[in-house]
Amino acid sequence: MTFLGIDLGNHAGFIIASYAVAAVIVGGLIAWVMADYRTQRRKLVDLDRRGLRRRSASARSEGQS
Amino acid sequence: MLETTSSLPKAAPSGLRGLANPTRFLALVDATLPWLIGITALVFAFGLAQALFVAPEDYQQGATVKIMYLHVPSAWLSMMGWTVMSIAALGTLVWRHPLADVAAKTAAPIGAALTFLCLVTGSLWGRPMWGTYWVWDARLTSVLVLFLMYLGVIALWHSVEDQARAARAAAVLTLVGAVNLPIIKFSVDWWNTLHQPASVFRMGGPTIAPSILIPLLIMAVAFTLLFFTLHLAAMRNEILRRRVRSLLMQQAEAAQRD
Amino acid sequence: MTGLGALLLRDIRLALRLGGGGWIGVLFFLIIITLIPFAVGPDLALLRRLGPAFLWIGALLASLLTLDRLFAADHDDGSLDIILMAPAPLEIVIVIKALAHFLVNGLPLVVAAPVLGLLLNIEPPGMAAVTLTLMVGTPALTLIGLVGAALAVTLRRGGILVAVLILPLTIPVLIFGVTASNAAMSGPVPFGTPFTILCALSLASLAIGPFAAAAALRNRE
Repeated sequence: MTFLGIDLGNHAGFIIASYAVAAVIVGGLIAWVMADYRTQRRKLVDLDRRGLRRRSASARSEGQS
Repeated sequence: MLETTSSLPKAAPSGLRGLANPTRFLALVDATLPWLIGITALVFAFGLAQALFVAPEDYQQGATVKIMYLHVPSAWLSMMGWTVMSIAALGTLVWRHPLADVAAKTAAPIGAALTFLCLVTGSLWGRPMWGTYWVWDARLTSVLVLFLMYLGVIALWHSVEDQARAARAAAVLTLVGAVNLPIIKFSVDWWNTLHQPASVFRMGGPTIAPSILIPLLIMAVAFTLLFFTLHLAAMRNEILRRRVRSLLMQQAEAAQRD
Repeated sequence: MTGLGALLLRDIRLALRLGGGGWIGVLFFLIIITLIPFAVGPDLALLRRLGPAFLWIGALLASLLTLDRLFAADHDDGSLDIILMAPAPLEIVIVIKALAHFLVNGLPLVVAAPVLGLLLNIEPPGMAAVTLTLMVGTPALTLIGLVGAALAVTLRRGGILVAVLILPLTIPVLIFGVTASNAAMSGPVPFGTPFTILCALSLASLAIGPFAAAAALRNRE
């Protein structure tokens, strides 16, 4: 069987499945890391807006005011 | 609350100790991550092109050998992941490096996912080659046990509330596991060779031809870059998560006082 | 009576008194061996062939169940803190506790094995081999299990976590225990070869286990 111009032979399904699983797992890892980043950033912005800052961050902003 | 005062600015420590400051580490990650992502993507693209389009078929296995370009690198990385965790474990227990905990915790799910990939691609490779989705082949079995150990460490991280305690417990378990891995590998090898399967499949020829070896190495480099890119990004996330947590605890303490 | 001797006696007495003592492990062992023919079928030839494997798995699970409370019980009544402050090295204390556990929980399993082997229709050479391998292997299971028990010491319901953590680590012991037993029963491989490796694994667990468990206990807070 030919796929994308390559002749994948009799067991094409297994080869395609392997690469598909790899794409899902790697994609899943990337998606998890990216989503987690956005979640943490969002929470930090939210907390910052509520006035909760780390001591060093608040010292910096107080020093400026 | 006691504030440490110092009239003279301290010189920033260099090397790994210099990275101990999470803020500096975050700045480093922010700066290098885009480059890492770019390089990883490029090497992957090149490796996949080589593996899929350029590399020849194996004279015995035909096109199915192309599964190897996923299976073998993920196998190598599953072991590298545990190695990274072991070094981080030493960092936690021996050198008390502050970022070692973060490195250990974040390496585990990435290593586990790649180990799982190794098992699944091995299974999908085995079905056309050996006629069955699973064989208690020495190597597959060792990787399965490694996968179980990864899951155990992740379970331990999530069982203990206090992250510093969890880090130390996970560090001990990781090091015990590291010692056990060669033992497990050896014993599974022994166990398997006593019950040789009816047909033993050998890779085409006694040596791997360069036309197959080079794409394999490129894919290995690609996967390694992927691991470190994901790992650094995950470490950044974990540091941010801990900041959120300490801020929330601060808030809870303040609410308690009032 | 030295401090370590007193600790040994205390642990033995506690193990004998609480939760059914050494007998509950044997009872569990018996129940498992009884369950297996219901699942596998009463074919005696099959049971004889797989007998050593079932005996080993039964012993492994029975050991596991008695292990997880080992440090947790001491932690709960505060004696763990006292033990950690004692002048004796923690690693030696752990070996003493392992010895107590083995004497009260492990040895009865070893003694029960040949009797249970009758239920599985194992021949005398096989039974002798299984008993001998269990004799050498149960200390290893205890010592490896102690590492898991130490890691989970402050967790409530840490029992299943302990099992998840240490069962992969006990696989080599299981492999060589069963291989040695099978070798004595049939195989071309002489009994001595896997048995020697089993002994080596036990000694290795004696060398590593106490240190790992001590590290886990010291870092428990």
